[in-house]
Amino acid sequence: MTGGFFSVLFLVMIGYLAYFTATSEQEMINNSYNSRQEILLSRNYRGTILDRNGEVLAETVVDDEQNETRVYPFANLFSHVVGYSTKGRMGVEALANYYLINTNTSLSNKAANDMAGVKNPGDTVYTTLDVQLQQVADSQLDIYKGAIVVTEVSTGKLLAMVSHPNFDPNKIEDIWDSLIEDENSTVLLNRASQGLYPPGSTFKIVTALEYIRENPDTYQGYSFQCVGYYKSGSNRISCYHGTNHGTVDFERSFAKSCNSSFANIGMGLDRGKFADTLKGLLFDEPLPLTLTYNRSSTAVSEEMPDADMMQTSIGQGKTQITPIHLNMITSAIANGGILMKPYVIDHVENDAGNVVKSFQPDSYGRLLSAEESTILKELMTAVVESGTATNLSGREYSAAGKTGSAEYNDNGDSHAWFTGFAPVDNPEICVTIIVEGAGSGGDYAVPIARRIFDAYFNQKK
Amino acid sequence: MKEYITEISRYVIVVLMIIYVLCSFLCLLDKLEKKRILYALQNLIMFVIQLLMFVDLALVSKDWEYVFLYGFVQVFLLAAAVIVPAIYDQCNRLLLNNMCMMLGVGICIISRISFDRAIRQYIIVLASLAVSLLIPWILSKIRFWRKLTWLYGSVGIVLLGTVLVLGEVTYGSKISFTISFAFGNVTFQPSEFVKIAFIFFLAAALWERVDFWRVALTAVIAGIHVVILVLSKDLGSALIFFVGYVFMVFAATRNYLYLLAGAVGGSGAAWVAYQLFAHVRTRVLAWRTPWEYIDSKGYAITQSLFAIGSGSWFGMGLLKGNPVAIPLVEQDFIFSSVCEELGVIFGICLMLLMLVCFLNMMKMALQIKDRFYQLIVYGIGIMYIFQIFLTIGGGMKFIPLTGVTLPFISYGGSSAMVTMIMFFLIQGIYIRLQQEKEKYHVSKTGNRAGETDTGKSSMVGTTGGAATTGQYRGTGASEEGKCKEEIQSSKQA
Repeated sequence: MTGGFFSVLFLVMIGYLAYFTATSEQEMINNSYNSRQEILLSRNYRGTILDRNGEVLAETVVDDEQNETRVYPFANLFSHVVGYSTKGRMGVEALANYYLINTNTSLSNKAANDMAGVKNPGDTVYTTLDVQLQQVADSQLDIYKGAIVVTEVSTGKLLAMVSHPNFDPNKIEDIWDSLIEDENSTVLLNRASQGLYPPGSTFKIVTALEYIRENPDTYQGYSFQCVGYYKSGSNRISCYHGTNHGTVDFERSFAKSCNSSFANIGMGLDRGKFADTLKGLLFDEPLPLTLTYNRSSTAVSEEMPDADMMQTSIGQGKTQITPIHLNMITSAIANGGILMKPYVIDHVENDAGNVVKSFQPDSYGRLLSAEESTILKELMTAVVESGTATNLSGREYSAAGKTGSAEYNDNGDSHAWFTGFAPVDNPEICVTIIVEGAGSGGDYAVPIARRIFDAYFNQKK
Repeated sequence: MKEYITEISRYVIVVLMIIYVLCSFLCLLDKLEKKRILYALQNLIMFVIQLLMFVDLALVSKDWEYVFLYGFVQVFLLAAAVIVPAIYDQCNRLLLNNMCMMLGVGICIISRISFDRAIRQYIIVLASLAVSLLIPWILSKIRFWRKLTWLYGSVGIVLLGTVLVLGEVTYGSKISFTISFAFGNVTFQPSEFVKIAFIFFLAAALWERVDFWRVALTAVIAGIHVVILVLSKDLGSALIFFVGYVFMVFAATRNYLYLLAGAVGGSGAAWVAYQLFAHVRTRVLAWRTPWEYIDSKGYAITQSLFAIGSGSWFGMGLLKGNPVAIPLVEQDFIFSSVCEELGVIFGICLMLLMLVCFLNMMKMALQIKDRFYQLIVYGIGIMYIFQIFLTIGGGMKFIPLTGVTLPFISYGGSSAMVTMIMFFLIQGIYIRLQQEKEKYHVSKTGNRAGETDTGKSSMVGTTGGAATTGQYRGTGASEEGKCKEEIQSSKQA
């Protein structure tokens, strides 16, 4: 009896230890308080980071005197997503640190290196990133502040991630102090995953989803007379630039991004249920994301006052979202409702090119039903065909999406948003863009999306 | 060449250890024939593992000191694993082998953390073996152990009380005092030695009478022990004494209500301690949320987790990790450093090995008819396994940290000596049991009183001519045993 009791106790403890070992090894090694990182780095050269076609994004160069330098051939281009490794770690340098500082070189190489008195080569990390798409995205964002996220719909692979302003990781040692000293500097912030923005009209995707959920049989019969503004009590919402949209149905309200109509829709929503939908779409929730990110937030609740509800339903007010989160929602719509977890490390190889570890696409689960995603796809197609993103129509590929012009001050200045995917029937890539302070999404973000889609589909030819 | 050896031996050591543990489990089975072969295989594996570990240590450190330490340790292991069965041929080989295995691994790991400490540990272990070797013999000579009930109880309280009043404070707890000798200072941890007195006290108090008043009386004495330990802030020992008490009362009474009362009372006491003492709350906090206090109260446990996590299944290899990053690694966190450099699989094997020792003790306890000795074996088993549970579980964040040593592995003279004395107490009791069995057997098959003077005591027989005894171990020595028992029984009669 006593023997059995302690046997069980020990077996449980062994199970706990085995579970810990199986799940926590990387987390333990990557923790900056763990001195074993330095031990590994004293034995192995930091490994190379490549894009999905094998182009070098980061490598360690050793000179004749065994001095090691971390070199980033594309300088500023991948500053946030690949990151840096000397002043703390960021991006892939942080995520893949475990693989980069470990080696799986052959035993004979280890012996030879030991004899020669040199370190072993750390493992090579293949990312899902695409240099060409990154370059297009980066050049399109140009001098504007903002962010662009490009993902593969069916897998969640991160193809490009741009954040402006950026920095040159080759010079991180030199610029570090000035970046840290300047409290207003947001250069080190990865806007794509950490930047919190008002979603503006892109949020109408969410409002529309809630309306469809609450009125599954009648939403198609919806009609609204737009006079350029909507009033409820003393609260007033205007359409962008005061445009009068006339009589609009549900699809037209969405395609033309009619604020008045959406304020009207929002006022009719059940705020408690809306809060549940937002939770289901991961607002105020942790994202299934390995990159450093900030949580999106909303203030929707049963008790929310009308004024706030009107603002919220058109993506203004207290709602804040990161570009990567909006990309995940869009990509789930494109993917029939199922969210694929975004990931950036594709596989890890040793110096002989043998795969040490391979990462497979992983589904997070269903964010919305297949029918809901079909309806939203149709709405987003209308945006391109006859709405605010017609700049994307008439291409060799079909696209769908939603624009946004998120006002961030009282002067009517706005961030330009676009989030969408292509092709519509069998979506391959999902693009989310924010251009800070540029103006309307249709004018400033949609053309960028077009160039990225163009580049992607040209590349495929 | 060096890389080949150290890399390959990492895996070989783990595989050998797995085979060793499997052998151990097999040896627990009653029906198995030819256990001698398994015991020999265990010894062989132990020496190969020792060789591989020390080769690794010497190669990586390029330090000749390890070669000498290797020599000394092998002499000791040879002495323990070969000479002990030669002297006491009826000893429990499984328990003996496992003890040697653990001591060998322990010294390797300690030497990797601090070579000087490994030397000190070696000397203490050697001295402990010399003392312990006498125990089975003393046990067979002196028969009034069960009459000293109140002596055991008072010795325990006085020793613990002395520490509470005069002890040195180490890391916030009063657990030791130092006595100066001509050759240097020796630090004792009396709570370790009191464990033995405590077990003897309970066994002596409960072997005959287990009525409520008797149990209540032992509860008072045991309670005083525990309270002094709590006041000394030695929470780990307090828990070990408490659990030892509850289980021994349960074994003596076979009444589950006492177990239940112990569980309820223990939980209540834990709650009170949590409310009363800040250092108890700190431990719990560091256990629940160590990452939030990685710089302060959670430092030790997080460093321990780093060691285990970095070592992973096969370990980083001896001298290739950084166990000294963990505070008090050679005592409270030795298991984490085993996992770090020899691997978690090796660590799990070690846990299973300790479990085998415990199950072996429980099995023996079941066979012993004499309640007094039965309770002693049972009590030692419980305190042994519970201490392991506390230290290993604490180091991996399974339970809060209590800061106790891992028997036979951790650095610490008092712990090593007391654990060895406990193991040899069990050996002595086991030998008695075997002799009783054989007496029964002999009386059935015929009296051989004629051979009495071949060995009045097996001790004399072996010290006189180890070689001869060795040759006849299979037959002659066991005869000695039988005869000895007959002498004793005739004396008793």
